[in-house]
Amino acid sequence: MYSEKVMDHFQNPRNVGEIEHASGMGTVGNAKCGDIMRIYLDIDENQIIRDVKFKTFGCGAAVATSSMATELVKGKSIQEAMQVTNKAVMEALDGLPPVKVHCSLLAEEAIHAALWDYAQKHQMTIEGLEQPKSDIGEEEEEEEY
Amino acid sequence: MSEDRRVIYLDNAATTRTRPEVVEAMLPYFTEYYGNPSSVYEFSGVSKNAVAKARKIIADSIGAKPQEIYFTAGGSESDNWALKAAAEAMEEKGRHIITSKIEHHAVLHTCQYLEKRGFEVTYLDVDEDGVVKLDELKGAIRPDTILISIMFANNEIGTIQPVKEIGAIAKDHGIWFHTDAVQAYGHLPIDVDECQIDMMSASGHKINGPKGIGFLYIRTGVKIRSFIHGGAQERKRRAGTENVPGIVGLGKAAQIAADTLAERKKKEEGLREYLMERVLAEVPYARVNGHRSMRLPNNCNFAFQFIEGESLLIMLDMAGICGSSGSACTSGSLDPSHVLLAIGLPHEIAHGSLRLTLSEENTREEMDYVAEEIKRIVERLRSMSPLYEDFIRGKKKNHQQ
Ligand SMILES: Cc1ncc(COP(=O)(O)O)c(C=O)c1O
Repeated sequence: MYSEKVMDHFQNPRNVGEIEHASGMGTVGNAKCGDIMRIYLDIDENQIIRDVKFKTFGCGAAVATSSMATELVKGKSIQEAMQVTNKAVMEALDGLPPVKVHCSLLAEEAIHAALWDYAQKHQMTIEGLEQPKSDIGEEEEEEEY
Repeated sequence: MSEDRRVIYLDNAATTRTRPEVVEAMLPYFTEYYGNPSSVYEFSGVSKNAVAKARKIIADSIGAKPQEIYFTAGGSESDNWALKAAAEAMEEKGRHIITSKIEHHAVLHTCQYLEKRGFEVTYLDVDEDGVVKLDELKGAIRPDTILISIMFANNEIGTIQPVKEIGAIAKDHGIWFHTDAVQAYGHLPIDVDECQIDMMSASGHKINGPKGIGFLYIRTGVKIRSFIHGGAQERKRRAGTENVPGIVGLGKAAQIAADTLAERKKKEEGLREYLMERVLAEVPYARVNGHRSMRLPNNCNFAFQFIEGESLLIMLDMAGICGSSGSACTSGSLDPSHVLLAIGLPHEIAHGSLRLTLSEENTREEMDYVAEEIKRIVERLRSMSPLYEDFIRGKKKNHQQ
């Protein structure tokens, strides 16, 4: 059901982990739908993404799109990172099954959410960036067995 | 997939391996005795007798009479027939049907179809183990209730329903009782009289028989019409030239299932308990879904917090282990399994479920391998999970305070 590239990024995800004192961090999705992505960015003084890490709760496609999205923004400027759309992520993965397209959207949103956090911290605006809409819902966190 | 790769098949609730003896019994009915059972000449008598023999075996296996067994194309058809035909037959008396929230889609979607046609359906809740509450069932009964359809055992979490009690309640109120026994037949002893079952669905491919064949038991006196109109086969109630090889295969599988039931049950229960104990002891934040003892002998259903089921399945597949999950991603919808939600699991935990359904062919050594792999994979997925990260952070914070 998945392309070889998707399987590769699922089996050997790039840039998994956390960044202590990240310049920006964003979490999107919610557990109800079964996908949560968190992206950490380390952005240097020239506004270049020096490092990026991710953590994802979700299906094979969710892991693979997070992994690919981090690869696509690593080493790039903020403006270049803004060009990494869900389509770009999907193309780089040789496509996704139709029911998994939302995973690539989530990856794009996760990058944007992390950039938004960075912009907030530095009191700046990034062209084309809007406040991310989805985040982990409060109500879900209360739920337990 | 390379042929020499080790495969541990733990998805017997989805389908089972057709027994070689079953295939062997079927083969002559393709090439040698291919006559139509309805024909008059002696040659087709062989096919006719084979069908009669299979019918007798199956009837005996549930304490029914041969003329109460109707061959169908499987569990889904049997469920559709029972519900739609009972609704039609009884609509003068009433238009209310009672079922449960954890039925298979073959029952649930048929109920939704009937609702669109003016029937009313009550979907009973279940408790946290997945057991239908009998007092709720009694409370739901109305003067216009015409049918109760509750499954014998659940396909996802394996919980066995109090079928005998349900049958008695239905009988007391003069309401027909149908049970979807697709997962139970051939795995648990069933007596249709003892449980006062009026109609019962079963399927060949869940008992090491062929796919595309099953039966509906209809008690004498339960007057429902034909579902497939045409010829006079199956006492005019299910038209179509009989699937003779399939019926022979189903008969053979039913025979072997009945002969080996006790022994198989014991072996599968032993392996199941072993695997469940190991996983619960060695994987933190794991739970078993479904009733611990009132459950199908071969059913394990786990929920692992902080991880998602499809990822787990793919990684198990890479380790040669075939399982299934109630995660939304594996169902093609955004919602996790209706069964896991019905037992009260929150969405994110339902997403992390894993169903492993064993067979008598599995070994303890395989269970050890599976437990080790689950441990390794769950750990790995948790190391990538933002939910787990938050959980650990929260724990540290609490600790410091
Ligand atoms: C409880 C239950 N009912 C009905 C069915 C459908 O049976 P079949 O595949 O023979 O149509 C299944 C099989 O998945 C089942 O588990």
